[in-house]
Amino acid sequence: MAVAEEHKSSMGKYVGVYVCLLVIAALQFVVAYSGAGASRMLVLMLLLAIVEAGIAALYFMHLGDERRGLLAFVGVITVFVLLALQYGWTDSNRLLSGVPWAK
Amino acid sequence: MADTGTFAACLVAYGYLRNATANWPHPFHSITNVALMTLILLTSSLTMLFAIDAAKAGDKPKAFRWTLITALLGAVFALLHIREWLALIGEGMTMFTNPWGTGLFGASFFSITGLHLLHVTGGVIALVAVGIRYLGGRYRADDLEITGLYWHFVDMVWMFVVPLVYLMNLGH
Repeated sequence: MAVAEEHKSSMGKYVGVYVCLLVIAALQFVVAYSGAGASRMLVLMLLLAIVEAGIAALYFMHLGDERRGLLAFVGVITVFVLLALQYGWTDSNRLLSGVPWAK
Repeated sequence: MADTGTFAACLVAYGYLRNATANWPHPFHSITNVALMTLILLTSSLTMLFAIDAAKAGDKPKAFRWTLITALLGAVFALLHIREWLALIGEGMTMFTNPWGTGLFGASFFSITGLHLLHVTGGVIALVAVGIRYLGGRYRADDLEITGLYWHFVDMVWMFVVPLVYLMNLGH
C-alpha cells in the first residue's frame, strides 16, 4: 500500500494529451475535405498520423519516461523498418504504366 | 514490435496496390461512422489510462470499472465496424469484387480492417479477463498496465488505417 500512497495521478496531463489527439484526428478529416491533390493529401495525413502516434507512444505508452538509449533505439529501428518498406513504390508505378498489360 | 511490423507491411502493401491500380474505388461518402469509431477508440485509450491510474493508486474496484468501460467502448467500436462491413457487403462488395472498380479494394479493405478488428476483439476479451483476475487478486497493477499498452497499440494502428483506407477513398 506504500506504493499506492506514493502514487501521483497524471490524469490532468492525460486528458490534455487526449484532447490534443482528438484535434489532430479532426485535422485529418479537415484535410480529407480540403480539396488538395491526392499526393499532398497523403503526405499531410501521414504527417498528422505520425505526430498523433508519436504523442500516443510518448505519453499514453510512457515511452517518454524511458531511458534515452531505449528511445533512440526504438526511433532508429522504426525509421529503418519504414525506409525498408519503401522499396516497392517504383515498381508499383511500373505496374501502372510501364508494362505491356498496363491500362 | 512484430505486430507493428505486420500492420506496417499490410499498409505498405495496400499503398502499393492502390498506386499500381488505375480504377481504385472511392466508395465512402460519409465520414460520420469512421469519425465516431475514431472518437470511441481514442476515448477508450483515455479510460484505459484512468483504469491504470486507479490500479496504481491501489483502488481495485475503480480500476476494474474503468477497465470494463474500456472493454465496452471496444465492443461498441467492433459493432460499428461490423455494421459498416455489412453495409458495404449489402452494396455488393466482396473480397474479390465490388460495383465501383478493382476487386483488389475489397481484398485489401477486409484484410486490413479485419486484422484490426481481430485485434480489437482480442483486446476486449483480454481486458475483461485481466480485469476480473486483477479484481480477484491474481494479477497486479503491472499486468493491467501491460494490457493497456496493447490497447494503446490498437488505437495507434487505427490512426494510420483511417487516413489511408478511409479518408483517401472518400467519394467527393
